[in-house]
Amino acid sequence: MKAYDVIVIGGGIVGCMTARFLSRYRLNILLIDKAADIGTGASAANSAIVHAGYDPEPGTLKAKMNVLGNAMWDTLSGELGFEYDRRGDYVVAIGPEELDTLDKLLEQGRRNGVPGMHVILADEMRSREPNINPLVSGALWAPTGGICDPFMATVAAAENAVANGVTVLLETEFQDFIFDGARIVGVRTNVGDFGCRWAVNAAGLYADQVMHKAGVRPEFKITPRRGEYAVLDRAELEVNNVLFPVPSERGKGILVTATLHGNAMVGPNSQIVDDAEDSAVTNDGMAEIWEGAQKLIPSLTPRLAIAVFAGLRAHGNAPCLTPGVSHNHDFIIETPREAPGLVNIGGIESPGLTSAPAIALHVIEMLREAGEKLEEKPDWNPIRPPRPHFRKLPREEQMKLIKADPRFGRVICRCEMVTEGEIIAEIHAPIPARNYDAIKRRTWLGTGRCLGSFDMPRVVEILAEELGIAPEEVTKKGPGSEFLTRKTKAWEA
Amino acid sequence: MSEKTKILCITCPKGCTLEVSHEGQTILEVKPGCKRGHAYAANELVNPRRMVATTVNIRGGLHPLLPVYTSAPFPKGRIHELREVLRKVEVQAPIRMGAVVVEDILGTGVNILASRDMAQA
Amino acid sequence: MTTKDRYDVVIIGAGPGGLAAAIAARQNGAEDVLVIERDKELGGILQQCIHNGFGLETFQQDLPGPSYAQRFIDQALDHGVEFLLDTMVLDISSQRRIFATGKHSGIVDLTARSVVLSMGCRERTRAQIRIPGMRPAGVYTAGTAQRWVNVEGFMPGSRYVILGSGDIGMIMARRLTLEGAHVERVLEVMPYLTGLTRNYVQCLMDFDIPLQLSHTVKRIIGHKRVEAVETVRVDERWNPIPGSEEIIPCDTMLLSVGLIPENELSRQAGVLIDPLTGGPFVDDSFQTNIPGIFAAGNVVHVYDLVDWVSEAGRLAGISAARFAAQVRRKENRLVPLLAGENVRYVVPHRMDRETLAETPVRLQLRVRQPIESPVWVEVRNRTNLIARKGELYARPGEIITLEIPTTAYDEVQKADELTLAVVKR
Repeated sequence: MKAYDVIVIGGGIVGCMTARFLSRYRLNILLIDKAADIGTGASAANSAIVHAGYDPEPGTLKAKMNVLGNAMWDTLSGELGFEYDRRGDYVVAIGPEELDTLDKLLEQGRRNGVPGMHVILADEMRSREPNINPLVSGALWAPTGGICDPFMATVAAAENAVANGVTVLLETEFQDFIFDGARIVGVRTNVGDFGCRWAVNAAGLYADQVMHKAGVRPEFKITPRRGEYAVLDRAELEVNNVLFPVPSERGKGILVTATLHGNAMVGPNSQIVDDAEDSAVTNDGMAEIWEGAQKLIPSLTPRLAIAVFAGLRAHGNAPCLTPGVSHNHDFIIETPREAPGLVNIGGIESPGLTSAPAIALHVIEMLREAGEKLEEKPDWNPIRPPRPHFRKLPREEQMKLIKADPRFGRVICRCEMVTEGEIIAEIHAPIPARNYDAIKRRTWLGTGRCLGSFDMPRVVEILAEELGIAPEEVTKKGPGSEFLTRKTKAWEA
Repeated sequence: MSEKTKILCITCPKGCTLEVSHEGQTILEVKPGCKRGHAYAANELVNPRRMVATTVNIRGGLHPLLPVYTSAPFPKGRIHELREVLRKVEVQAPIRMGAVVVEDILGTGVNILASRDMAQA
Repeated sequence: MTTKDRYDVVIIGAGPGGLAAAIAARQNGAEDVLVIERDKELGGILQQCIHNGFGLETFQQDLPGPSYAQRFIDQALDHGVEFLLDTMVLDISSQRRIFATGKHSGIVDLTARSVVLSMGCRERTRAQIRIPGMRPAGVYTAGTAQRWVNVEGFMPGSRYVILGSGDIGMIMARRLTLEGAHVERVLEVMPYLTGLTRNYVQCLMDFDIPLQLSHTVKRIIGHKRVEAVETVRVDERWNPIPGSEEIIPCDTMLLSVGLIPENELSRQAGVLIDPLTGGPFVDDSFQTNIPGIFAAGNVVHVYDLVDWVSEAGRLAGISAARFAAQVRRKENRLVPLLAGENVRYVVPHRMDRETLAETPVRLQLRVRQPIESPVWVEVRNRTNLIARKGELYARPGEIITLEIPTTAYDEVQKADELTLAVVKR
């Protein structure tokens, strides 16, 4: 049985950040994910916002991790070479009755330690976002809010982890723990057993099932909450800001946000679903998010949508442990006494993306407290160089790229200007993109107006060629999602 | 005893509905319709035929398939036999547009022609 | 490979519109005509439209798409049109400077005296965006499936539901059936057929493929690959009628819900787009609002017959050739004005020889070195003096103005270049 010091279960942003920060130390680390790519769960389908931290209730682990995590993103994006823009965010009050909430949020933010917040007047908000609802009464400005490419942050962390010696196994599904008495000494998966001294539960939507296998927190339950989103055609409308409505009982509400790809995005709603894989888009959900978005920017209409998607949040029911704080959906980050060898992370919904690097550091602290020596590797390299995105480069840089590698001169996705060179680079990256969606999420190919109808045959061809497989074996998102069924002439009557 | 049959004309994009009065296979009147429409109606009643366009395998070409078509309208009732035969045909690149890929297919007097040039890859 | 950096006419797209434009441009006096095509061969989308029905107007013959294209390709090659294949235009400026790249062509940077936009159209995807449900493999536009089945040699599924009774959808229903697949049905949200009747007859009726009008897809079912679609009848306002739902097992859904002109490049050049057609505003010469930029074919508006696309291309090609000839004539009439002895610069840099037929041309220059004694300011064609003016001194800080008189017309016609000098008297 192959043995590791640490096995991280789940390759979302939390698992990948944990693996990346742990790769600094002399540890033999394995990260597993059941999907054909990392980051295919909540990390790939969310609002892509690095929250300032005024929203979580003071005293909760959520509040603490949010503010600590937020402060790490500038360095992180620099080291890991993913896109991130700390452009600040707004909570927009519409009508006089919502103004009070801004003061409450401001106070909450101050208690959480969020720097630089202040309330701006309605006229100022109108000038900063000319399309804003004319009934705007004021807004809370939080300069530390940011937007990022959450999927690429996940990929970048994983790639950096791999560069520093971490092993990543995909299509590897956790089945059970292996125990020595109460102590966890390994993990059973669909591809075999692996020994370990520490197992990190970073299973996101499945964190409850994983911890129950270790006999931990039987009362803890994840209730998947589906959030639907619409992405807007950037040729039709640009939004430059991150705009939240005032929060309600049901959460942060439906926002309108800029994204780093240049497309504005609206969403999410919040639907409780039974199936943690049910990322279906619904008519009702779409109606709900457009209505919500129109409250902030009345000119938004479904006609502007270029894509819709849904993501699932791992909404848990863990009570906050801080005395005097009654909050029943807090993060879990712990080394439970009853299951030695387990690092248990659960209920990581928003602001989970923002918090992920802070959670990783917290895990390291807990390991140290548990007696791990954690010797630093002298050759640990925190830098993961970014790969070029042709469309975003100035003309001279594009020219240089083509001169160095002519495959960058061949445009495969016409709408988003993604080149063969970029696609091949992703296929052979440290975390290889081995299917269409993996390439799409990394390059943004197929997200333009034609929705991939021109690039699909080309990408299938390139994947087949580069992976040395038949085109019929190329998938959209792993086994069972093949694009093609047979050769045109290969049939019998 | 004359009867009336409605036929959707496919000779041109217009797509007229032709009302054909006929006694058995003898046509009495077609209306409305042009000359080509009348000819089509006559054929459609007695011996419906279609132009068939499909592909055959090609070796060593720019693409793995060569588009081909029938040199004349082909008996509609035998199209299923036609596709069976053509599924197994393979030609060699290069080939020129109009080249006869299969002569007198299924004894119908219709040839199968290459729809385009296909250079060697 | 291009060897030139300046062309009379550059045509973007080698589909039926672009090919017709290229041929017409050559036939109407354009010398250097280049077609830039993003695919690895000529003919555009016609190469995957292998069905018959093309060319009845142009050739009075019922041709398959590739045959129709081949005739234009052959003509274009005969007329000495140059081609750049597998090359994508990244942008076009309003001054008709074109940047393109290709794996084999590298970086292409050239200027055209006139440009014909003929990028064609693409399939609408709005319906695809709006369909609720999962996003599994097995949902394609009819055109993508057509490419796979007819050109690349692969079937994208075995049991199909086709949404939209457009021509491509019906034609694909027949193609898939001919290649041994099963088409469960064709759905059309409108209460009438949107494609041609003859396609309904020979693509659906002939093969017993059911057509359901006033029906649409309510939901796509399947996580990894399409497993079924849920269909529903709609009322006259397109609202689903509850209770009319039906689940149809299938592994593939094709969309054939219309085409839309592709004008991302046009916009970059400053070409104004008509929101109704989705294509550029054009005049009767197919010129857009940008002088020297023409547009033809489905890039202007979606045609129902390829013959009209070719005809529009032909007219645009003629217009583009004429425009290029005018520009070229003008370029040939331009004579450079060079800074000679003790001249730092001259403005303008070039002059049109023909201007002197009507008015004198005023030149302005600065000297390099001061001369504090009387000077001649001279314009010469090699050694022949064309114009001269006296000044009492020449200083770098002061601009000197000189006119070439209309009487110099004949001499200037002979000149390859004119040189200015400021010399001591």
